[in-house]
Amino acid sequence: MNRRSAQPILTWTEGPEADVPLSVRDLWVEYRAPRGAVKAVRGASFDLYKGETLSLTGESGSGKTTLALSLIRLLPRSANVRKGQIIYRRDGQEYDVLSLDAGDLRQFRWKECAMVFQSALNAFNPVLKIWDQMYDTVKAHDHSEREEVRRRALDLLRLVQLEPERVINAYPHELSGGMRQRVLLAMSLLLNPQVIILDEPTTALDILTQRTIIDLLRKLKEELGFSMVFISHDLSLAAELADRVATMYAGRVVEVGNVYEIFYRPKHPYTLGLIKAVPTVTGGFQELASISGSPPDLINLPTGCKFHPRCLYAMERCREEEPELIPATKGHLVACFCWEQVQADWDREWQQREPEAMEVAWPRS
Amino acid sequence: MAEKLIELDHIGRTFGQGKQKVRAVDNVSLTIKERDILCLVGESGCGKTTTGRIAAGLLRPSEGRVLFQGQDVWAMERKEFKRYRKAVQIVHQDPYASLNPTHTVYKILSAPLLRHNLVTNAREARLKCAQLLEIVDLTPPGDFLDKYPHQLSGGQRQRVSVARALTVNPSFIVADEAVSMIDVSIRASLLGMLSRLREQFGVTFLFITHDLALAKHFAWEHTIAVMYVGSMVEIAPTPQLIDEPLHPYTQALLVAIPEADPHLTRNKPRVSLRSMDVPSLLNLPSGCRFHPRCPRFVEGLCDQQAPDLVPVGDGRYVACHRVS
Repeated sequence: MNRRSAQPILTWTEGPEADVPLSVRDLWVEYRAPRGAVKAVRGASFDLYKGETLSLTGESGSGKTTLALSLIRLLPRSANVRKGQIIYRRDGQEYDVLSLDAGDLRQFRWKECAMVFQSALNAFNPVLKIWDQMYDTVKAHDHSEREEVRRRALDLLRLVQLEPERVINAYPHELSGGMRQRVLLAMSLLLNPQVIILDEPTTALDILTQRTIIDLLRKLKEELGFSMVFISHDLSLAAELADRVATMYAGRVVEVGNVYEIFYRPKHPYTLGLIKAVPTVTGGFQELASISGSPPDLINLPTGCKFHPRCLYAMERCREEEPELIPATKGHLVACFCWEQVQADWDREWQQREPEAMEVAWPRS
Repeated sequence: MAEKLIELDHIGRTFGQGKQKVRAVDNVSLTIKERDILCLVGESGCGKTTTGRIAAGLLRPSEGRVLFQGQDVWAMERKEFKRYRKAVQIVHQDPYASLNPTHTVYKILSAPLLRHNLVTNAREARLKCAQLLEIVDLTPPGDFLDKYPHQLSGGQRQRVSVARALTVNPSFIVADEAVSMIDVSIRASLLGMLSRLREQFGVTFLFITHDLALAKHFAWEHTIAVMYVGSMVEIAPTPQLIDEPLHPYTQALLVAIPEADPHLTRNKPRVSLRSMDVPSLLNLPSGCRFHPRCPRFVEGLCDQQAPDLVPVGDGRYVACHRVS
């Protein structure tokens, strides 16, 4: 791969940059549509730290999947990356993903950055056995011995708790949904990538199977130490798996922070609204609250902050100016002019309702 | 004591013919009282939609009886049957598919009104439609009456679906995953609107969902019924079912569900199942359908004999050999 020309990167990353395998800066992606340009991603920025799980969450149409696809440049032809940077780092080298040529891009995909898709059946070639698909993948990147590849494939299948000898000779249709999803996971790990992107990997599965996949993901990450971008509309999966959570709204990351920070001290009115809208199963009855209005039309976006028509805190400034993603507290970024107000109200509400719970959930240091 | 409105009496339903038979629902019984909410919970393929369609009279059960106010629906006279059909309405899952895209909201809502002679002329129909839209919080109604479904958001469409169900003053609504396709941020207001219908108009609900958290929220003072591959495994008042589930499947389900609270979800106990595979409806296990996965499986009992749904006190019912 070519070394990227040294360009200054705006950064609010903590620690040395070498610990950040993937950075996205001010990324804009549009889709051409008959009615006009669909602004799917609008200036999204985030960092993925080494060994962490970053969960991208938001409602349908918030740009999560577009963002993920652009990370490995798999966007359909109707999409157009208007501007922005995607920087990938390995061994002290930096690469600009958006300007990789075809050959480098092929090496980058899968070997450096693998993706697991939502629909596990569609991700396989139905007429190839699992072994052939796995071997094809490796052949495209490495010149390893067939026997060696087979050993690695069997090891990985065992790691994802499948019977290796049986599964490797099976066709995709012979496997159940949960098994396919696990095979896909094993395949994504074949070339030992540094980053794995998972797009709603458990959405099509039943709950008990989903649980085994979640536990498996956690175990794999501990053993192999890759970094993970986990995309899900489901807040509870973010709570379960993520180290950090990024909330997206109308194509922009509006809040990023540690998972406990996000759930127990949200600072963006949208994140707060989402948390209040989702019930938990265990525990007593909770009042739920909706966010008024409906998600924005991505062709005709509102002015200023895109959330202002639905926001309780909206003021004159929000209608005119779009807030930047700025650090609120250490490692917690938010794109809102009123975050201090949001935070204060949230704290007061918690304090009144369950002061002990707050101390347990978020011990003040 | 409220009257029984709908009763399913040992119903079963088989689809297909010859060798390819699918037993979608098997030996399911349940009772819904007037003004009550029953949440039917289960994973995809467990037969909850089939059960809902049978309760709504859209499907005829292969076995068993459906009783509406004590009368067998499929043995009714034509006139009686029509009354039952009018009293029962269904709200479908997908608001993008359930509204005719070539009709305006007014046309969608006025059709049943005119069909059942609930209004005499167009002016009255328009007035009634406006009232219905107000009930489902689409205000001002004038803004919505002449719109086509494609001009509305998913949440608004689903409100129109509910308004359409309300046109004939139903006493019973089957809501089949009615909020599952709606964005989380606006789900709560739809649920609130549905519970208000129960309070204001005394509508009884069969609320079908795969989401136990949603069921718990909607039916907190009512009942949840849990299904697993075509059979009923547990019925209980909501708080008891959540706090102290009796059936091993319900227990496994409750601990497996991730929660939108990091502390809570990461400190949940684990239940290890004996198998991860959901049985196929084409090849059902013998005896109890959960036995190949059940952690409390007893050989010679669970794999031989299918347990009946039996009352265990406090309005609870469980189908398990190991409970009682």
